[in-house]
Amino acid sequence: MANGVRAQAAAGGGIVGDVVLEMENIILRFGGVTAIKDISFDIRRGEIRAIIGPNGAGKSSMLNVISGFYHPQEGQIWYKGRERPAMKPYEVALQGIARTFQNIALFEGMTVLDNIMTGRIRQMKSGLLAQALWKGKAEREETENRESVERIIDFLEIQHIRKTPVGRLPYGLKKRVELARALAAEPSILLLDEPMAGMNVEEKEDMSRFVLDVNDEFGTTIVLIEHDMGVVMDLSDRVVVMDYGRKIGDGTPDEVRRNQDVIDAYLGVSHD
Amino acid sequence: MPDQLIFATEVFLNGLMAGVLYALVALGFVLIYKASGIFNYAQGVMALFAALTLVGIMKGQVPFAHLINAVFGTHVHYFGWNVPALVAIVLTMLVMVGLAWAVNEIVFKHLVNQEPILLFMATIGIAYFLEGIGDMMWGSEIKKLDVGLPQGINLWIDNVTYNAFGYGFFIDNLDIVATVVAAVLVFTLIVFAQYTKQGRAMRAVADDHQAALSVGISLNFIWVMVWSLAGFVALVAGIMWGTKSGVQFSLSLIALKALPVLMLGGFTSIPGAIVGGLIIGVGEKLFEFAIGPMVGGATENWFAYVLALVFLVFRPQGLFGEKIIERV
Repeated sequence: MANGVRAQAAAGGGIVGDVVLEMENIILRFGGVTAIKDISFDIRRGEIRAIIGPNGAGKSSMLNVISGFYHPQEGQIWYKGRERPAMKPYEVALQGIARTFQNIALFEGMTVLDNIMTGRIRQMKSGLLAQALWKGKAEREETENRESVERIIDFLEIQHIRKTPVGRLPYGLKKRVELARALAAEPSILLLDEPMAGMNVEEKEDMSRFVLDVNDEFGTTIVLIEHDMGVVMDLSDRVVVMDYGRKIGDGTPDEVRRNQDVIDAYLGVSHD
Repeated sequence: MPDQLIFATEVFLNGLMAGVLYALVALGFVLIYKASGIFNYAQGVMALFAALTLVGIMKGQVPFAHLINAVFGTHVHYFGWNVPALVAIVLTMLVMVGLAWAVNEIVFKHLVNQEPILLFMATIGIAYFLEGIGDMMWGSEIKKLDVGLPQGINLWIDNVTYNAFGYGFFIDNLDIVATVVAAVLVFTLIVFAQYTKQGRAMRAVADDHQAALSVGISLNFIWVMVWSLAGFVALVAGIMWGTKSGVQFSLSLIALKALPVLMLGGFTSIPGAIVGGLIIGVGEKLFEFAIGPMVGGATENWFAYVLALVFLVFRPQGLFGEKIIERV
């Protein structure tokens, strides 16, 4: 699609490649309520893709479908060119789709370092017996994982809290630790559920910078849900707009901004 | 040394040894509580079941013999072979892993995200079920368990103390073995929890289910693993207690002694279970020694519970438990 290429020039992100995830005619119902009504869109390698929409539009539901927490009643999900069967969330995670949560889901009793290390589970190959009997190999693996975790810690500037139990951290830092844990998995797709919710201006700026840097530096494909329109328009290459479970817009920030349906449903008035 | 002090020292040492046995049971509770937030009422019965199964396998008993005989009118009781202790222990462990899998598959898989009190009720059900099935499989008579652990007075300690104080301490060899086994077990468990990826995953699951799923941890795998571990600890406790006092129904009641141990040590701390066990063991023995004669004895029956009560008032999270902090 030409949209993605143009968008890349606009946002100045990493190199946008072929489709890595495609959602096709997704329908998700909870009892009598249809949260997602026949939505299709795709995500390209290396892009920052935003999902926006008013409260209750079904954005988080969509993210939960991608990460396997919800299973749509109808529709297909194509991941890396193959149709993905219904999977448990941990299987999706092992396939390389990492995520953060709107209300932060960290291991409060564990240190920042340990939290981020859990993100490496995908990369830890040696089994329990091997760890007990073949100390050298397991130790080498642990060292490698530690090194890459330390790189992420440096990158997100949280060295000073490495050994602090997460429960003691302020909100903004917790959000950053959660991002670090998701990054530690070296994901093909990183899902961020409102990464800037509840942050002050300064924290928002920091987080925006990190999201852009992650995309630049590691070429990570990022899907993010965000309320702050300014942030979304600055960060993303392409935007999906949802309202009442429907898709009402899809394109570059500029295109979406000009879309009359979007203006009516979400923005209310044009920002121009 | 004055006589009283020498006696007290002997009582103290014996208390430590008894405490180790309490700690062994408490450990099983802590493991499951840490990983799934479930208070496992069935831990004591699991120890009984493990010991019953071990004895049954060693003696070549036919499982469900009474049931089979009643239904088919046969008279089978024994296969007629004896299984070596080590092989029987391995086989029993396999049974415990199978049990862990079944418990997760049949019960807890369907109770995800339910209230803790519901899960607790489920474990009471499991306790009664296991008790019944244990009886049905292996019979209800008291059995002797002998896996070849040394038993009886340790002559070396007896001699050394006799030469030093003119009074030989009575320390049971079995208690010494139990202490060593418990120490190794705890060390292994701590290393496992802190330094292996499965241990880290276990702590993660205990902390937040959703977050654990999102980093690629299978909850079912971790739960089966934790229940297997608890089954293993139950087996060890069953062997120690079974060797000491025979395999019988009252074995399942040691679980009750583990409660005060947990209140002292904290429900979430492995070292806490050990220290709590030691304090209870030493405390009740010394209390009986010093105060018992004045109040007519039998203080061992209630001392632990009163001590736990005191702790509940002044330090509800236990000695090593995670401090309860609530954000307002």
